[in-house]
Amino acid sequence: MDKVLSNKKIIALYVLPSLLLILAIVYIPIVLTAYYGLNDWNGIGAMTFVGLDNYMALFVDATFWNSAGHSLLLALFSGISLILYLVVAMVLAAKIKGANLFRKIYLIPMLLSSVAIAQLWLKIYHPTNGVLNSVLESLGVANPPAWLAESSLVLYALFIPILWQYAGFYILIYYAALKNIPASLEEAAKIDGANALQIAWKIKLPLVMEVIKVTIVLAVVGSLKYFDLIFVMTDGGPNGSSEVMASYMYHQAFRAYDFGYGSAIGFFLLVICLAVTWVIRKLTATKDTIQYS
Amino acid sequence: MFNKKRAILLLSICLVLVVAGCGKKSNEGTGGTNGESAGAGDKVTINFMHLWPEGVSAGQNKIVNQIITEYQDEHPNVTIKQEVLDNEQYKNKLKVLSASNKLPDVGVTWAAGFLQPYVDGKLFTPVDDLLSGQLNGKFVSGTTEAYAIDGKTYALPLEFNIAPIYYNKAIFEKYNLEVPQTYEQFKAVVKTLSENGIAPIALGNKDRWTGSLWYMYLADRNAGQQALSSAITGSDSFKEEGLLKAATEVQTLVDSNAFVKGFNGLSNEEAKSEFLNSKAAMYMMGTWELPNFTTNEDIPKDFRDSVGFFKFPTVEGGKGDINSWVGGPGVGLFVGENSKVKEESKAFVEYFVTKWGEQSVTGAGVIPATKVDTSSIELPQLYIDLFNEMNQASSITLFADVQMQANAAETHLNMIQALFGKATTPEKFSEEHDKAIASGK
Repeated sequence: MDKVLSNKKIIALYVLPSLLLILAIVYIPIVLTAYYGLNDWNGIGAMTFVGLDNYMALFVDATFWNSAGHSLLLALFSGISLILYLVVAMVLAAKIKGANLFRKIYLIPMLLSSVAIAQLWLKIYHPTNGVLNSVLESLGVANPPAWLAESSLVLYALFIPILWQYAGFYILIYYAALKNIPASLEEAAKIDGANALQIAWKIKLPLVMEVIKVTIVLAVVGSLKYFDLIFVMTDGGPNGSSEVMASYMYHQAFRAYDFGYGSAIGFFLLVICLAVTWVIRKLTATKDTIQYS
Repeated sequence: MFNKKRAILLLSICLVLVVAGCGKKSNEGTGGTNGESAGAGDKVTINFMHLWPEGVSAGQNKIVNQIITEYQDEHPNVTIKQEVLDNEQYKNKLKVLSASNKLPDVGVTWAAGFLQPYVDGKLFTPVDDLLSGQLNGKFVSGTTEAYAIDGKTYALPLEFNIAPIYYNKAIFEKYNLEVPQTYEQFKAVVKTLSENGIAPIALGNKDRWTGSLWYMYLADRNAGQQALSSAITGSDSFKEEGLLKAATEVQTLVDSNAFVKGFNGLSNEEAKSEFLNSKAAMYMMGTWELPNFTTNEDIPKDFRDSVGFFKFPTVEGGKGDINSWVGGPGVGLFVGENSKVKEESKAFVEYFVTKWGEQSVTGAGVIPATKVDTSSIELPQLYIDLFNEMNQASSITLFADVQMQANAAETHLNMIQALFGKATTPEKFSEEHDKAIASGK
């Protein structure tokens, strides 16, 4: 196998097909999007080159910043919920009864498509027939809110299914990382008299730190470009109070027929995601990784 | 070197699979035809893209297939290839196909504002020659006009709709309510229902155009059809007194709990089910819903029998006429400018529109855009009544979001949601409209 991998032609053979594919479906569209963003274009007729007008307009568009704020809030929530996922994973990775079953239970939402999840939660949140409000009413709440219709609540009401949807994914990643820690370390710590909390804090956490960094990037970038569940459940409404950057991009391009502006938003979104990733990498950079074994 | 060979083999298989995967689409929904018949003399294939999937619009889907089969029988050299998509997907696909100049030969379009960019981009071909041919004088007046831009007609309408308020007779009877003739009576009905714990009106304003219907009627009755029309076309302002009053009136209705709880977060489908389950007493919707209230076997007969309709009541001191309606043509058929089989496609459209007029009445229970003699066919009373109302209409104002250009329509719809959600004032509502319409996009 070593011989194969040192042969340049073979390397090219391996790399080229996927390289071509990824060029065609990722990098070329990115360049095109940036270019469309420089044009005034309704997506159908002729394009008019307007330079940076669309990008400049972005900076003074209150609706865009509003939706960017919502995206950031979602990123913040996903970031915080990672702590919860890690705790759950630690409990599951410890030898508790039924850990296998629980792991599967947490993972199941991941197997459902976003649209199915959206339909499910639409039923839960239904203002009069929904499960949530029925429970609240039976608990004596006289007039429970219409979760998806109230500007002040809708965003948080949407965060719950989104976080629930991805819980299994992160728990699984953490679980796998925790299972990789040699049992001997934990045993040694136990002999030295460390309690469960100390083991978790001093041994497990540092050892899965690299994985945690990756999940932070995944969660934050994923939140910034989040689209599907919000699109199905509220379509950014009511009155833009659950609009996020990606849904705003969609609305501008496909509803308002402003493809140039939509492309500008799309490209800007990419820039933000790259910038945020870079910042997170810088913030969490450590000089040397801890190796216990 | 077994490994190397195996790796290359594996890689090749992957490639083949990827390529095969890419090439194998667009065959879905080729119901009833055998695909292309390339290279055989003067054989012609017409690609037809429409939005009546079997699962969603069973009645329409059946008619489409019937018409196509008949057409192919009469014209053995023509094959019609269908591509069927859901409403929202259809709109998106049409746009993507337009951008790459690969429109189908025949397709479905909406009127006015929706049509404009396609006409500007020279993607649809004018079909005026069809209007002077066999179809001359066959259309209900006012229908083809909505598809005309700068004196040329770019599509032929299939449906024509008006929007009445449907109501549940059983609920009205239970609370001794009369069909309201004036807006004051209407508000009294709302009050009684709401006090008795019945949601007066089913409204799914997540879809936004649903709320727009209510605003449009209030605007029409308060300010008159003329004022509303000129505000929409931009020759007058939405700050006109009657239009401002209409916006205020919307918020008064919201305050009196006229609409179902959480209406701004409910889709039209969800709201409709409140009405279908007799949980809400009234529901304003276009006549395309008629089959659900007349012939649809999936809905209990008891309910269907108890559905009536009334016209939006007149407002005291308002300039509107009770026979003035909000509505307009639904969808129409266009022929692609770049189609290689333009003449054949036009002939098919002509045939389709004629047949559709006859069959949609009996088959799907929708009101066609062509004149049909209904006296000889047995039809549900509700259908006949609405059909007659349409013929007596003093004016029909096209749905605002259809009339406006795409960008202004977005503003209108967003402002409607804000108005209903009390996130804006009537003044601000009018201001934003004027601004969006003035921008001309």
